[in-house]
Amino acid sequence: MTGWMVPWFRWSARKPGARAWSLMGPGLLFLLVFFLGPLAFMLGYSFMPRGIYGGVKPGFTFEAYKTFFQPLYLGVLWRTVVYSVVCTVACLGLGYPVAYVISRAGQWKNMLMFLVILPFWTSFLVRTFAMMFLMRDTGLINTALIGMGLIDEPIAMYPTSFAVMLGLIYGFLPFMILPIYTSLEKLDHSLLEAAEVLGAKPWERFTKVVLPLSMPGVVAGSLLVFIPALGSYLTSDLLGGSKYDMIGNIIARQFGAGNNWPFGSAASFAMMGLVLIAVLAYLRTRDDAAMGNA
Amino acid sequence: MSGPVVAFRNVSKTFNGSKAVRNISFEIQPGEFFSILGPSGCGKTTTLRLLAGFESPDDDGGEVRILDKVVNHARPYERNISMVFQNYALFPHLSVEQNVAFGLERRGVAKAEVASRVKAALEGVRLAPETFGKRAPSALSGGQRQRVALARALVLQPPILLLDEPLGALDLKLRKEMQYELKQLNRRLGITFVYVTHDQEEALTMSDRIAVMDNARVAQLGSPAEIYERPRTAFVARFIGESNFLSGTVVGFEGGQLRVRRDDGTEFRAAATEERTDGGKVHVALRPERLRFVPPGHDADGNALPGKIKAVVYRGEMLHVRATLADGTDMTAAMSNEGQLRLPVSWKEGDPCLAAFAAEDVRILEAEAS
Repeated sequence: MTGWMVPWFRWSARKPGARAWSLMGPGLLFLLVFFLGPLAFMLGYSFMPRGIYGGVKPGFTFEAYKTFFQPLYLGVLWRTVVYSVVCTVACLGLGYPVAYVISRAGQWKNMLMFLVILPFWTSFLVRTFAMMFLMRDTGLINTALIGMGLIDEPIAMYPTSFAVMLGLIYGFLPFMILPIYTSLEKLDHSLLEAAEVLGAKPWERFTKVVLPLSMPGVVAGSLLVFIPALGSYLTSDLLGGSKYDMIGNIIARQFGAGNNWPFGSAASFAMMGLVLIAVLAYLRTRDDAAMGNA
Repeated sequence: MSGPVVAFRNVSKTFNGSKAVRNISFEIQPGEFFSILGPSGCGKTTTLRLLAGFESPDDDGGEVRILDKVVNHARPYERNISMVFQNYALFPHLSVEQNVAFGLERRGVAKAEVASRVKAALEGVRLAPETFGKRAPSALSGGQRQRVALARALVLQPPILLLDEPLGALDLKLRKEMQYELKQLNRRLGITFVYVTHDQEEALTMSDRIAVMDNARVAQLGSPAEIYERPRTAFVARFIGESNFLSGTVVGFEGGQLRVRRDDGTEFRAAATEERTDGGKVHVALRPERLRFVPPGHDADGNALPGKIKAVVYRGEMLHVRATLADGTDMTAAMSNEGQLRLPVSWKEGDPCLAAFAAEDVRILEAEAS
């Protein structure tokens, strides 16, 4: 133990709670200053009139929230939710089998997990541009298909909502695989043998044992994909060509060209509220399902 | 039912080029408590997994039969078996009742019948269904989990129950209790138990017959008494209980006894069923309780090998005396305490003595298969 830790150790040993607080302290302080602080500012801004060249003017108004709950923006919100749900479901469908195979891959496990994480070595921005080059009319896919004589006209992939969703799925897939892999990897193989002796066929072993025991991973993965997907804007910006805006694009624009900080703040808070409700509802159904099982 | 419930015929199993089970054969009779005993790595677990259906014998590796059908490649649920796993393998996401009901539900048993059979199974292992039924396995003690695992296997009323070191994780007192209960269940239900363990005492206590495994083979198969009293190889003599080992060259055969001369020139006699050619090497084993030490000059009627007392160990119900023979071989004698040990033992370290034993108690060992 380093010298300076000794007095701290003695001091904190005498006071209940002192050790916990002093260990959490630095992290809490950081979050207070750089997370809760700005959030409080934003909350304040969302109830103030907009300044002409950005910023806010003193006063109190619901104007920003009224603006947000208009059909135009509610449409964007709906699109955001649809994209995120599609992305989450697709990531689950694609990611679960991958996680399952890797968790059973014995000596290859670490190598395969390394490959899953490998894309993170390149900037998300660069990878999204790469997808754009792949999918546009003169991109690799269309050129190749035309070259092979399979199509005459390029398939319109970029910019489309399909491209946006594909980009989201591509970007978030590892976040689904990682937690599911973790929960599958912990699965005690003798449970499957026990299930088999007791008469469970392969499909029943999956539905009755593997799936329920990997549910924590599925829940964690779904949240890790769904929530950031709701807030994403880079993918829709690049692959949607600003025709398929998500709520993130609207918000980002208000702090830039739109010069409407109160509206941007209000949209953010409306989003946060929705995310919170959605997540709580989701966790609630999970609890109910668990209760229904017992 | 007549005939064996389980038969292994020249079964072999190879993993990555090394034989985990080498050409083993045995039969298990209906209702028997049959133990497979051996140190770790001897092939006992592979044998059980071959029987359970988690492994198949090599292509030319003989046949595994259950209830007179060859089951070499049958899945575990096609085999009329149930199993209790080493760490219980209870489903952590299911309650005690749901764990026990799992097998019945997979077999499509009607709901009402499932409920009543689960209740009966829990009562059968002395767990009150009202108290424990709704609990999660994680809320149970080791002994209670053990009972749930047992109930989950027995509720299917299998003709054969496989148990893979089921008591390994329990403390000594609970283990003794469960040993007794398992034996009771075996008797009461008439189910054949196949029990894998590395604990020789456990196997001796519970089994009708024991297959002692060593180095991927069955070293000896017999009742606990047969195996203890007449170990066939040095491995069995050492693994089951304790033994003293002597060896020497045959120099004669008279009156049903071999005369064996040890390397240091001393001689002893060993009861033998058949004559051996003079000059052949023999190895013998002698149980500590069949050996005693007497003062020199004492008339030991039988064998007497001179030595010196090395240590006296008081163990409560037993007294162990160890002596070193002239050539350096150690021998241990065990005396049971029948009250006489309240007096101080007269042996002291360094005292000269004679190791005395009867020719009838000497077991001639077979060479071990390699």
